[in-house]
Amino acid sequence: MLLFSTVAIVPETKQALIVRLGRPVPGVYNAYKPNEDYGRTGAGLIFRIPFVDTIEWVDKRVLDFDMDRQSVLSTDQLRLEVDAYARYRIVDPLRMFTTARTERRVSEALRPILGSSLRNELGRRTFAALLSPERGQLMDNIQVRLNRVARQYGAEIVDVRIKRADLPDGTPLTSAFERMRGARQQEALTLRAQGMREAQVTRADADADAARVYADAFNKDPAFYDFYRAMQSYRTTFGTDDANPRGSSNVILSPDNEYLKQFKGQN
Amino acid sequence: MERSSGAGDEPIAVMNEGGPWGGRGDDSDGGGGKGPLGPRNPWSQPPRKRPEGARGPAGPSAIDELLRKGRERFGGNLPQGNGKPVWIWGVVVLLAVWLLLTGIHRIEPGERGVITRLGRYAGTFQPGMQMSFPAPIDKVSIVPVETIRSTQIGSAAPDAQNLMVTGDQNIIDLAYAVRWNIRDPERYLFELEDPDGTVQQVAESAMRAEIAKVTLNDAIGPQRSQIEAMVAQRMQEILDSYRSGIAVRGVAINQADPPAAVMDAFKEVSAAQQDAQSYMNGARAYAQQLREKAAGESAAFDRVYAQYRLAPEVTRRRMYYETMERVLAKTDKTIVEAPGVQSYLPLTQLPKGAAK
Repeated sequence: MLLFSTVAIVPETKQALIVRLGRPVPGVYNAYKPNEDYGRTGAGLIFRIPFVDTIEWVDKRVLDFDMDRQSVLSTDQLRLEVDAYARYRIVDPLRMFTTARTERRVSEALRPILGSSLRNELGRRTFAALLSPERGQLMDNIQVRLNRVARQYGAEIVDVRIKRADLPDGTPLTSAFERMRGARQQEALTLRAQGMREAQVTRADADADAARVYADAFNKDPAFYDFYRAMQSYRTTFGTDDANPRGSSNVILSPDNEYLKQFKGQN
Repeated sequence: MERSSGAGDEPIAVMNEGGPWGGRGDDSDGGGGKGPLGPRNPWSQPPRKRPEGARGPAGPSAIDELLRKGRERFGGNLPQGNGKPVWIWGVVVLLAVWLLLTGIHRIEPGERGVITRLGRYAGTFQPGMQMSFPAPIDKVSIVPVETIRSTQIGSAAPDAQNLMVTGDQNIIDLAYAVRWNIRDPERYLFELEDPDGTVQQVAESAMRAEIAKVTLNDAIGPQRSQIEAMVAQRMQEILDSYRSGIAVRGVAINQADPPAAVMDAFKEVSAAQQDAQSYMNGARAYAQQLREKAAGESAAFDRVYAQYRLAPEVTRRRMYYETMERVLAKTDKTIVEAPGVQSYLPLTQLPKGAAK
């Protein structure tokens, strides 16, 4: 029993602080140092005075907290719902213990500050800028601001990031949908009109081509073409070349007709 | 290893197992029968601890059995009281079981065992049978490093929407999955409070940052694989900055659609595309037909014209008569001889006579 109340095991993931009769003893076991190798940290056995010392455990790992959804108004009066998270690490457990006691309280203290600095930073930009890659600079500003507060709690902000940036439900979302719908309808109209235009051009091209082909062929002898075409035309007109002629023809011939010149026995 | 483990075990074993009590308990059971024993009741409390210490409830009962057998066989022969040797045996067997259970680790392929000795990192086991100090001294956390895990964000189900704003301020409904595994088991265990949740948050953040750079049409269509690659890269950068020990294997966009509310308008666009296509198809068919017709007619003219040139007058006459024949053969004809007089001719004989 005595052994167990004298020694304690500090795991790699924890920093330990000894509080002797209510007063923290200076010096932290397994304190966080950047870029140290596992196995060479302060993890391992520590000793304490039974019943006098209590050990306070402080997480050594990267912790995170989610911000409550914030509604942000951009300079062009568009509303955006923003979700962000921050990751931090307790780098000064003693300070953390004296100012907040637990990591959870640190999170709770930082959360509203993240919210307000996010609103401040985002509220100074246009909606389009919020979506642009310029967001990186913005997040840096927020991180700097948040870090200043975090230091007071012995914490260090590792990263701040916007997780989601959405249009709020209701009117903004509906009007965005409406705009999208309008754009699509316009696109549909444009597509149809383009299709028609191209079809028309294609037809006209073909007409022109055909005309050229005809002209090339028939221009060799316009007089003969006239005769040749007339013959074709008669056949079609009088229905003889048609499988099912429409209407019947009735021809009245004068004896002076060219066709009947032999009929008269002249010459 | 052997030497130090033996030395390290002894005191703790004695304390944990409650060896002396255990031994006496067996003794009383075997010798005194199982009736309720008033004064011994307080002693029956400690043995309950044994399963805890031995890390296996089967241990003690099997040992009881063994001890009983041992006593039956040798008990009579031993001159001194059988109490002491029996509990020593018991302790030894318990120790062996305990060593076996907590000191030997089987690491499967694709796993690593991270050892912490009294809390401090003391190495990593590769796959195979491995030995460590027993339980309270060494703790081995087995981490599956090669198993690829999948974190799903948004879902492809029709009622669930994961809406995002694109760079051109449109809205897209996106579902995607991140595949990842553990590259560095120590970091995975020691650096992040919630590695799995971190992957999810980083994925959301990275995806939205990338989507905010592209237009809706690009995100739906051609740039999908590019976005996947960019998100994977960005995620890896962020996770590395957290020293997470996680490797992103890939991001797969399962669904990138316009939101359900505007789906009809998008369908209208594809209908319009179809329509435009069909206009074009009609025009192309017309053009094709017209060109073929022109080519055919002009070719026919050329052929006839070639013949005509050989004998213009005769050909012309012949064509004239043939045409007249065919035209007049099928028509009713009236020849007006003189004003006011009409004569009806038989239909078929006239052209034959005239052709000569």
